[in-house]
Amino acid sequence: MAPDAPPPSKEERALPSAEEFSEVQQSAEFAELRRSFRSFAFPLTIAFVVWYLLYVLLSNYAGGFMGTKLFGNINVAFVFGIAQFVTTFLIAWWYSRHAAAQLDPKAEAIKSRMEGGA
Amino acid sequence: MSPAQTVLAAELAANEASEHRPLIITLFAVFVLATLGITVWAGRQTKDAADFYAGGRQFSAFQNGLAVSGDYMSAASFLGIAGAIALFGYDGFLYSIGFLVAWLVALLLVAEPLRNSGRYTMGDVLAYRMRQRPVRTAAGTSTIVVSIFYLLAQMAGAGVLVSLLLGITSDAGKILIVALVGVLMIVYVSIGGMKGTTWVQMVKAVLLIGGTILITFLVLLKFDFNISDLLGTAAEKSGHGAAFLEPGLQYGINGTTKLDFISLGIALVLGTAGLPHILIRFYTVPNAKAARKSVNWAIGIIGAFYLMTIALGFGAAALVGPKEITESNPSGNTAAPLLALHVGGVDSAWGAILLATISAVAFATILAVVAGLTLASSSSFAHDIYANVIRRGQATEKEEMRAARWATVFIGIVSIALGALARDLNVAGLVALAFAVAASANLPTILYSLFWKRFTTQGALWSIYGGLIVAVGLVLFSPVVSGDPKAMFPDVDFAWFPLKNPGLISIPFGFLMGWLGTVLSKEEPDKAKYAELEVRSLTGTGAH
Repeated sequence: MAPDAPPPSKEERALPSAEEFSEVQQSAEFAELRRSFRSFAFPLTIAFVVWYLLYVLLSNYAGGFMGTKLFGNINVAFVFGIAQFVTTFLIAWWYSRHAAAQLDPKAEAIKSRMEGGA
Repeated sequence: MSPAQTVLAAELAANEASEHRPLIITLFAVFVLATLGITVWAGRQTKDAADFYAGGRQFSAFQNGLAVSGDYMSAASFLGIAGAIALFGYDGFLYSIGFLVAWLVALLLVAEPLRNSGRYTMGDVLAYRMRQRPVRTAAGTSTIVVSIFYLLAQMAGAGVLVSLLLGITSDAGKILIVALVGVLMIVYVSIGGMKGTTWVQMVKAVLLIGGTILITFLVLLKFDFNISDLLGTAAEKSGHGAAFLEPGLQYGINGTTKLDFISLGIALVLGTAGLPHILIRFYTVPNAKAARKSVNWAIGIIGAFYLMTIALGFGAAALVGPKEITESNPSGNTAAPLLALHVGGVDSAWGAILLATISAVAFATILAVVAGLTLASSSSFAHDIYANVIRRGQATEKEEMRAARWATVFIGIVSIALGALARDLNVAGLVALAFAVAASANLPTILYSLFWKRFTTQGALWSIYGGLIVAVGLVLFSPVVSGDPKAMFPDVDFAWFPLKNPGLISIPFGFLMGWLGTVLSKEEPDKAKYAELEVRSLTGTGAH
């Protein structure tokens, strides 16, 4: 370590300069990370919110359909509710897989270069 | 059942409980002593501000996932949802679904960027590229308001349990218990900080999940694990027949109640990612990846729990019956403990032991959530308002932590004072108000801050204060506060806003104000600061 470097601390790490941040933000590599995050997370968010609202609206305005018995006392509403649980679990799993494969390596590369070069 | 018999059944529960009062008090004392031990131990390990606010950032993803679940599964989830399903059948189930789906907003959009770019509070992220003092004041204000709404619900739950268990119906007795809860939470938070609170949450989550699995198992055992039978019996005992299993019993009455259902649904799904006491949990893990994993753990644990609310709620309808439940508490808040009594056997010691256990678990639940809420609001007061607004960033860590401890005492006293007001409201409905306020004031500002380049200080202030004022204002003039037999002030009527949950109006309003404030502001957004925030939030560069 260079003698004039600040002492390492778990809370205070020297941040890269404002110019470095702007430069990285403009870089193609960062644009790719941003695209990879936004093009996955934003449409998926809209999709699950719409799916959830569909459930809320059907409960409100399509009582007859929701009350249709499927087997025993299990009706469409019940299955619809359980389906919301299942899709939530699946989306969480899917996003985490996407993040680990597509986002983490890109983020890690930028981070280590910026912190190493600071 | 004649009215006389019904009253008898409700009294029976209280009597059964009172016979075993020593057991209940022992179980409760064990939990309190154990958690106080943890608190003192954690207090010794708490040396600097990062320890106090963020538990030293050294918790594992699983530990934090458990603690997040502990913070989230409040009296609303346990007592409130069980009661709502037991009385209104399928409509009560909306809470379980909304409370769970909401986690995807936190997972996909908020948890990781927040962990990467913030330090101790929600205000850190909101004020990052804005003028510090006004935005931190706004963030601190909304944090404290949301937390107090949430606290109100927990205190209502505490009061309800006490009257059931100890047969205390006098106001003085209830206030005494609420005061006890308040004093305990002051001790937990001011001594143990985030470290102590996190461990208390983990213990509580294990107890709550354990208790819920036990009751669910016993309920299903009674129906030979045939869920269709359970639902059928619940429908029959409810007196509503098949309608009990269909949406609409509570909210399908007319156009207004249907709008209320949509309002509630939106508030639930958008509220979670704006709850300060949940957001600060993400600072307790080393990095964003661990924050993501803790949300995944939380989704798994919370999802499993909410699936079991089906058995709790419909089980209570089938085995306890709506009459006994409403006799005991008009909003159904005691359905879960009564169910414990009934699955064990009303006249047996086993039933009383189960009732005592589940009640102690519910009490632990309330205490832990109350501690988490108090920590969130006192952190925000000390870090956002005291250190950065009043002292303009010149306060030492010691002074900041001292301010946090004093804020804890103050918030403790406020919530004790408010606790007595909300006894007869369903606690899940009360918590839904906190969700609506969080979704109106905090979520728009968080999302705009993180993802919208042009967002300005004025936009942030308009969305926080706009969302906050409209949400709280509409609640004030809603049937929750006046003009309804179950309202806080049933004897007066100034409820001109017909919906019980303001989300349908206040959430779009919060988003609209953030946009309007931004496009109308004369200041230029700080491009360099946005570059810094964007790079940090997505990569974790320079994360604390």
